[in-house]
Amino acid sequence: MNIKQLSVFIENKSGALLRVFELLKEANIQLVATTIADTMDYGICRIICNEPQRAYDMLKEAGVSVALNDVFAVELDNRPGSAADAISLFAKEGIDLTYLYTFLFQGKGILIFRTNDRPRAQEIIEANGLRDVTL
Amino acid sequence: MSELQGRRLHKVVDYVYHNVPFYRNKMQQMGIEPDDILTIEDITKLPFTTKQDLRDNYPFGLQAAPPSEIVRIHASSGTTGNPTIVGYTRKDIGVWSECMARCLTAYGITRKDTFSVSYGYGLFTGGLGAHYGVENLGATVVPASTGNTEKHLKLIRDLGITGIACTPSYALHLAETMDKMGIKKEDIKLRVGAFGAEPWTDNMRKEIEERLGLDGYNLYGLSEIMGPSVSYECEEKHGSHINEDHFFPEIINPETLEPVPMGQHGELVFTTLTKEGMPVLRYRTRDLCSLMPGTCPCGRTNVRMTPIMGRSDDMLIIRGINVFPSQVESVILSTKEFEPQYHLVVDRVDNLDRLTVMVEVRDEYLTDVLPDLAKLEQMLAEKLKNVLSIRAKIKLMPKGSIERSQGKSKRVTDNRVLK
Repeated sequence: MNIKQLSVFIENKSGALLRVFELLKEANIQLVATTIADTMDYGICRIICNEPQRAYDMLKEAGVSVALNDVFAVELDNRPGSAADAISLFAKEGIDLTYLYTFLFQGKGILIFRTNDRPRAQEIIEANGLRDVTL
Repeated sequence: MSELQGRRLHKVVDYVYHNVPFYRNKMQQMGIEPDDILTIEDITKLPFTTKQDLRDNYPFGLQAAPPSEIVRIHASSGTTGNPTIVGYTRKDIGVWSECMARCLTAYGITRKDTFSVSYGYGLFTGGLGAHYGVENLGATVVPASTGNTEKHLKLIRDLGITGIACTPSYALHLAETMDKMGIKKEDIKLRVGAFGAEPWTDNMRKEIEERLGLDGYNLYGLSEIMGPSVSYECEEKHGSHINEDHFFPEIINPETLEPVPMGQHGELVFTTLTKEGMPVLRYRTRDLCSLMPGTCPCGRTNVRMTPIMGRSDDMLIIRGINVFPSQVESVILSTKEFEPQYHLVVDRVDNLDRLTVMVEVRDEYLTDVLPDLAKLEQMLAEKLKNVLSIRAKIKLMPKGSIERSQGKSKRVTDNRVLK
C-alpha cells in the first residue's frame, strides 16, 4: 500500500540538514526512517515520519523546499532472502523501481520503493499477498 | 593623422546621414548636418551609439550598405534572444585584414611563420578576423579554433607552429595540457602569442611567456567596431596602439558623457572612420581605460590605450564571450520550473572560465527522483547555451536560499583572480 514520504531538498552546506531535523523536533514529529540521496551539489532527504501531512505543512511554512510523495511500503518476512524474493516479483513483470530502501520498524522489516508504474505494482502486491504496512 | 581623421569623419557622417535613418533622425533632433562636422575635433558634436541602440535596430537597422554589398555577417549574443548583427562589405573585410596584419607585424610575425588561430570560428569575430589577417600577411594559417587541446598541441609541435592567437586563459590551459602530455616548451617552436578577447594582467603574461616560451602581446577588438585588430601591443608591451586611421578613440566620463583630458581614465568610445557595412558613431564600448600621451619608443605614432581596467556596466566576459546577467534572467523568467531568482558565479578552473548559474526549483517541480532533477539542469543548460553561446553549470538550490535584496540585487560573484 501507499504511505506518504517527505522529500526535502537539502543544499550541500553545513547545517542545512540539521535545520530540517530541528524543525521536525520543535513540531514534535517523530522520524521513522530517513535516507539521503546525495549529488555533488545537493541532497534529497527522504523522510518517513508519524505525521507526514503536518510535517509537510510545517516545513513548507518554514520555507523549506519539500515535496510529499506516495511510495509503496510492504512488510518483509524475518528471514534471509525475503527482500530479494519481494523485489523479484516486480522484476519478473518488467516493472522498474526508481529507488528503494529498507528499515526495521517495531521488529518488522519494511521495504519502501517507488516506481513509475503504480497501478501494476499495486496489482502485484495484491496478487502475491504482500503485507501492507501501517505506521 | 588628425587631418586624415577629420576628412574621413566628415565622409562617414555624410554617408550615415544619407543611409541610416537612425543617425539622420538623431542628428536632425540635435540640429546638426554633415557639413557641421569638418574636423576631427567636431566629433564631440555627434550623438553616441550604445549597445541598446544596436539591439533596438535589430537586425539591419544600423546597416548603411545595401544588402547586395554585404559579404559577411557576424553576431554577438543578445539579451532577449536578439543578437547584435554586424554586416561587412568586401572593403570592410579588406580593412579588417589589413588592420589585423598590422597587429601581427607588430608582434614580429612574417610570411615565414606558421600561425595557429585558436579563437572560436563562427559568428564570433575572433576566429575569422584573425584568420584573414594572417592570410593577408602571407603567413601560413592553421585554423585550429577551440577545443581538442591535445590534438592542437600535437600540431603545434609537429608542424613547428611559431605563433598563436587565443584567449590568455586558453594559453594557460595549453600550458597545463602540455605538462600532462609531457611536452616541454623546448619541444615546441611557439615564439609569439596574440592574446585578447578577455582582460589579463602582466602577471598572467609572465606566467604564459615562461610556460610556453613565447612573447605574449595584447590584441584588442570588439565586434561592434570590427573584431580583433582595433588595437595591438608592440615590442614595448606598454599600451596597445590603436589603428586610429580606421577607429577613432575618445575617452569620456561615463556619468557626464563629457570627454576627459588626455591621459585620464574613463569609458572608451570608438567611431569607425572607414567602415561601409555598419559604421558606428561614438560607440560606447563600456570598457574603462585611458589613452596614453607621448610617443612610443617603438617609433609608431598612433595613439596607445592602457589595458582595460573594468566595465561601466555589468557585462561579464567569459571565455571571450560577452555575457550579461540580464540574458540569464530572461531565460530563467521564461522557464516555469524555476523561481525568478538566480545568482551567477564565475570562476577559473584549470585556467578556463566557468559560469555557474544557481537557481531555485519551484515546489511544484521538486521531485525526489534524482535523474528527473538532472533533466531539469540539462534543460536549463541547453536553453542558456542557445542564448549565451556558452555552457553553464547549473546548480539547483533550495527555495529561498538565493539572496533577495531590495533594489539592485547582487546577482554576480566573480571569483576570477587576475594574478
